[in-house]
Amino acid sequence: MAEINFKLIKNPLSKENPITVQVLGICSALAVTAKLEPAVVMSISVMVVIIMANLIISLFRKTIPSRIRIIVQLVVVSLLVILVDQVLKAFVYDVSKQLSVFVGLIITNCIVMGRLEAFAMSNKPFDSMLDGLGNGLGYAIILVIVGFVRELFGSGTLWDYPVIPQSFYDMGYQNNSLMIMPPMALILVGLIIWIQRSRNKDLCED
Amino acid sequence: MKWVRNLLDNIKPNFEKGGKFPWLHSTFDAFETFAFVPKTTTKSGAHFRDALDMKRTMTIVIIALLPALLIGTYNIGYQHFLSLDPTMGLFDDIWQNLWYGIVKILPILVVSYGVGLGIEFAFAQWRGHEVNEGYLVSGMLIPLIMPPDVPLWQLTIAVIFAVIIGKEVFGGTGMNFMNPALLARAFLFFAFPSSMSGDKVWIAEKADAFSGATPLAEMMTGGTMPSTSILDMIIGFMPGSIGETSVIAIALGAILLLITGIGNWKIMLSVFIGGAAMGLTFNYFGSNPYTQLPFYYHFLMGGFMFGAVFMATDPVTAAQTNRGKWIYGFLIGVMAVLIRVVNPAYPEGMMLSILLLNVFAPLIDYFVVDANIKMRTKRWKLKGGTNV
Repeated sequence: MAEINFKLIKNPLSKENPITVQVLGICSALAVTAKLEPAVVMSISVMVVIIMANLIISLFRKTIPSRIRIIVQLVVVSLLVILVDQVLKAFVYDVSKQLSVFVGLIITNCIVMGRLEAFAMSNKPFDSMLDGLGNGLGYAIILVIVGFVRELFGSGTLWDYPVIPQSFYDMGYQNNSLMIMPPMALILVGLIIWIQRSRNKDLCED
Repeated sequence: MKWVRNLLDNIKPNFEKGGKFPWLHSTFDAFETFAFVPKTTTKSGAHFRDALDMKRTMTIVIIALLPALLIGTYNIGYQHFLSLDPTMGLFDDIWQNLWYGIVKILPILVVSYGVGLGIEFAFAQWRGHEVNEGYLVSGMLIPLIMPPDVPLWQLTIAVIFAVIIGKEVFGGTGMNFMNPALLARAFLFFAFPSSMSGDKVWIAEKADAFSGATPLAEMMTGGTMPSTSILDMIIGFMPGSIGETSVIAIALGAILLLITGIGNWKIMLSVFIGGAAMGLTFNYFGSNPYTQLPFYYHFLMGGFMFGAVFMATDPVTAAQTNRGKWIYGFLIGVMAVLIRVVNPAYPEGMMLSILLLNVFAPLIDYFVVDANIKMRTKRWKLKGGTNV
């Protein structure tokens, strides 16, 4: 058994985060984070797809002719996405309906293709799986943070369970409907990027 | 004023490097330069300066806003008591109206200035900058474009959002590409629609029986003419945002801004031309009652005047080139009327159209400069010049 290279998991969580540093996969991050539950389900789906796709491509990496590698990668990813989509429809139908087209769009998620091109094509299968896990987690952590804030302030619930007590509403508190709109997800991601960069100066470009 | 100078000189060493509170230097500096003209001069290079520094600019804008603030304050009280007793005359109880207005507007002013300046000071401190005067005007504009009944906690969130996301993120005063005051209002409009629209919010603690619809709302719901008379709209005694109702008060401010050259006449004029052009177009082609409204009504209703005079002319967010200013203003007027008449979700188009054109202003400038370069290159070649 190969030694576990923890850097492959740790780096994507912070200084190589696919969303806040590489700014990939933004559109799904905006679309599915209005509530926590779809955000978590989406994160898990993407994570499964990245790990499996990284593994499969890495296994075949020496036999894939480089001129048609993108097509091969796409075929593998679409196969996995269809599987994930069917599983979601079978077990969590409601969430699957909420996510609607965005599960299918995992195929075009830049994070998946990016990891396949940049990592799985030139690394061993086990390392590739770890890399997929790390990037999936890096994607998930941002989605969960954004989904948490948006659901808490936008709907006053968490995982559809009301957390803001009725007495607050009686005193005049109102849910912030801007939170449910997609622009707020962009602003929240921007704020996370801001905080991250002010803590870690290496990430600033100039 | 000698004692102020002495006091400042006495406590100054505490805020210098090596003093007790070096981290409060920006705060001290802000108060010192607020009281006295700074003595420091630039050390190198040639600098031409006139007497118009940023503090004086901001002060003049604030003075220009005072008439709108005064009439707005009186109007809050008058509208409130009018809703209780519809037979009340305008000057039946001046002091009662004024007092009620002051009680309503003071907390809004305090929250706007307190929260906004607090954030400005904190950021200046954190970045080691001098505190900038930019917020003095925004802090006055924000209360004037709010409904009188705005909940203070919502106002607080809106101000925090506007100052941080609209301004500090981009580097503070002078770097913002959107008007912070309008951003605060837009935030409230989208985040808490129930406190920013409908016919409940425009009169402070309105009695339920009274209609209280603004002219814009009446037109929105299919009216053929606003029930407020033109005279009332001009003087400003109708329901609406605090400072936006009175055309006369805003015109006074506009005159001051134009005389001193602080507000740009090209932008103001072109906003009205744009609004009139769009209004006339609707009159000609439109089919529903709103489109048949005479175009000058658009100037009198809602925030059109206020936006044209105080918001569109904001030198930071407007277009910078002269030709760009004409285009920028014209499009603001066109978009404002267009949004009002066509879009059923947004009764007030002025806010959205100014924010939209704020975003487009750099692009307009780019094309104006580019066109100028192309034109001159062409002329050069016609004269027989070789390649540039």
